Amino acid sequence: MRSPQDIGGLPEGPVDTSEHSLTFWEKQADGLRAAVGAKGLMSSHESRRAIESLGHDAMERLTYYERWTAALSRQMVDRGVLTQDEIDAKVAQVRQRLHDSGELELAPGEAEKFA
Amino acid sequence: MTQFAPGDLVRIRDDYPPGHIRTPIYLRGKEGVVERYFGAFGNPEVLAYNLKGPKKDLYKIRFRAADVWPDYQGSPKDVIEADIYEHWLEKLA
Amino acid sequence: MSGDHHHHHDHGHGHAHSPPQPDDKVHSYYQILSIALKELLIEKNVVTAAEVRRFIEARDSITPANGARVIARAWVDPAFRARLLEDANKAVGELGFEMTTARLVAVENTQEAHNVVVCTLCSCYPRDLLGLPPAWYKSRAYRARIVREPRAVLQEFGTELSDDVALHVHDSTADIRFLVLPRRPAGTQHMSEAELAALVTRDSMIGVTVLDQVA
Repeated sequence: MRSPQDIGGLPEGPVDTSEHSLTFWEKQADGLRAAVGAKGLMSSHESRRAIESLGHDAMERLTYYERWTAALSRQMVDRGVLTQDEIDAKVAQVRQRLHDSGELELAPGEAEKFA
Repeated sequence: MTQFAPGDLVRIRDDYPPGHIRTPIYLRGKEGVVERYFGAFGNPEVLAYNLKGPKKDLYKIRFRAADVWPDYQGSPKDVIEADIYEHWLEKLA
Repeated sequence: MSGDHHHHHDHGHGHAHSPPQPDDKVHSYYQILSIALKELLIEKNVVTAAEVRRFIEARDSITPANGARVIARAWVDPAFRARLLEDANKAVGELGFEMTTARLVAVENTQEAHNVVVCTLCSCYPRDLLGLPPAWYKSRAYRARIVREPRAVLQEFGTELSDDVALHVHDSTADIRFLVLPRRPAGTQHMSEAELAALVTRDSMIGVTVLDQVA
């Protein structure tokens, strides 16, 4: 009944007021989402719906830009811009390429997330 | 021409439909006052699905924090204000 | 002084930070997914690399200093202040700032009322004027608690409000973005508009802090 993003009033701990600059990849993700939005392929409303549709689990475990990225992926499939097979194949290809070039250093728990 | 005017007492519909909703659960069923009218905006509950529909009047509704949270620990003067579309509002006598 | 804001604040919120540096390693599944989506969308001519770069540069060019200029102008020019409260999109346009995606509404702090902004449902924020929101603004803790126990949350930012001051929590649930017009600090009568703008912090324009008196 309660949508995963609808958290106003729920009990939570103290606010971490420290500053975090965006990482390079988060800036890239932000720019990509803006560019896709400017093409009329994902409005802010569609973006929010796509994020909500990731479910409670994703909302609690994923970081902000991880949610955006997951939502963009889903939206591109929903809009027929990309297919899930294309995305899975490209993810595997990028992973292999980064591995071969020595740029891949997956954090613990990350390898299990690949399809 | 609008359904509500500043100063009107309203209640947020106590309704829990599925789908993309921009009226937070913590305000549903709560009573407040129309603070201002913002104009007509595209309905996010429709736009979220890449569909078209009529624009909806959007109002700023002011709630006493103590009305939203019966055990509110703050000043009795404190308020919460939220932007609510007309189809979520019921007029109180 | 009754009805005034009391404030102890020394942890430097809302000031400039050095830009992030490219990390030469890729650490996560979602980083790879993001790279894959970008490459696919470029291959299919949906977007170009130059467009993505331009959007990143455009975001980087918007900082809280833009909002600070608006606030300082409102402090020194009562007619501008009135226009800002009447139609903020138009008023910030006078200073060359464009709200491309949303309606901006300015809410004014007074001796009687203090305003603070949240988006409980996501992280709506006046990005076109202030840039990207701080991490805490997007956090579950802030979004969940500021509507429930706002005075306790403000204390975590070092802000103590008297019970005589009505606290207005604005939940950005729809198409409106809110800019808090902070109170002009005491001791600033002789400052220029540019000097005043330098006093205005990002957090004071969200409403989690008030501005310190100038010695």
